[in-house]
Amino acid sequence: MPDASTDGPGVSRWAEGRIIEKDLPSPTTVRLRMHVEGRSRHVPGQHYLIRLRAPDGYTAQRSYSLASDTDDPLLEFLVERQPDGEVSGFLADVAEVGDVLEMRGPIGRWFTWDRHTPAVCLVGGTGVVPAVAMVRTARRLGRAELLRVAAWGRGPAELPYVDELQRFGASIAFTRTSDGSRPVGPMTPAELAPLVRDAEIAFICGSARFAEHAEGLLAECGLDQGSVRVERFGPTG
Amino acid sequence: MPVTRGFHRRRPETAKDRLPPGQYDTGDSWPVLSAEATPRLDEEAWTFSVDGLVDSPQTWTWSDLQALPGSAYEGDIHCVTTWSKLDVRFAGVSVDHFLAEASPQPEARFVLAHSVTGYTTNLPIADVAGGRAWVVWSFDGRPLPRQHGGPLRLLVPHLYFWKSAKWVSRLEFLAEDRPGFWEQNGYHDRGDPWLEQRYQGD
Repeated sequence: MPDASTDGPGVSRWAEGRIIEKDLPSPTTVRLRMHVEGRSRHVPGQHYLIRLRAPDGYTAQRSYSLASDTDDPLLEFLVERQPDGEVSGFLADVAEVGDVLEMRGPIGRWFTWDRHTPAVCLVGGTGVVPAVAMVRTARRLGRAELLRVAAWGRGPAELPYVDELQRFGASIAFTRTSDGSRPVGPMTPAELAPLVRDAEIAFICGSARFAEHAEGLLAECGLDQGSVRVERFGPTG
Repeated sequence: MPVTRGFHRRRPETAKDRLPPGQYDTGDSWPVLSAEATPRLDEEAWTFSVDGLVDSPQTWTWSDLQALPGSAYEGDIHCVTTWSKLDVRFAGVSVDHFLAEASPQPEARFVLAHSVTGYTTNLPIADVAGGRAWVVWSFDGRPLPRQHGGPLRLLVPHLYFWKSAKWVSRLEFLAEDRPGFWEQNGYHDRGDPWLEQRYQGD
């Protein structure tokens, strides 16, 4: 395992974040753009904690990856509504523009792109979010050639940020409903190989099942397992 | 901090005294969280070593480990990502057994657990002694699944679960504390869930 990046401050504190924009891009996702006064700069791949507090003192917190570049005046999150999700359901159904939530971040120094190393992202479903942050940062820095993105979704409607990713030149695979650009189905090693060829680091983000599949694909493409950084998510509300 | 507008406790309070602050009961699910690719490992080729500041460094094969006196844990586990899983059953060998066999030297005060993936995590010896830590290969009576650290993982259930290194292959005894993987990456050095020691500065 390579040494971790030392980007980002070592200590973060709870702060207040205000919802400035909220929309529901699909029936299962909510996008929030939030203001945190005096926040620290972040690197793409990092996440924030969002904590909710009930009148009886009960709290619930979850971590959510950032979609935004650090130069964006707001922090952007794209949250998938989990079945019976305590926090995601609140964010989708109850939270409104102007509400203040407890926030802590940026967190994470492992699943981060250093903005210099040639990288490939294999991301699925709402796992695209950290790749979107990497895309936005790469564009701002004029280093789009360093970053390759392969994104999977069931169909165009189920892949967040699909238009933005396509504009960036990402390879998109739909596994259930096609947009006609390629046959329906997961990406093949032959499709992936050109994206992986020059990569020195790979980022996998998605469900546990997706991550396992993506790890196997990268191994088939000959990428050293030590170059692979994985962020899995499961049913964590 | 102020109350969040419109947010109320929904989950039952029955498990409240068993849930550390900020945790929720994940029920029957067991989320998979690891930072690296899941290794494909052959247990027959597995070795587990105890070395560093010990009088008798030793290495055990898979079959050596199976022959050691067994020990089980039944209770709860707590992940820093806020899920807790209640009433789990793990079985393997108590770390006390390895301490007795290897005899840490007087100046040894910390242990660094190494995984075959290169993952590491650090613990004071006090946190792996006294019946509080195990090397386990069985979960609920079945072989530990690969994605959960099988064939062999460390189990330190009184600390956040990143301390329970998956695919553990070595315990290295040290005089000085040496931060492990997540500890270098912003997580708390000790990780007591009841004190909510999630991140540096907590």
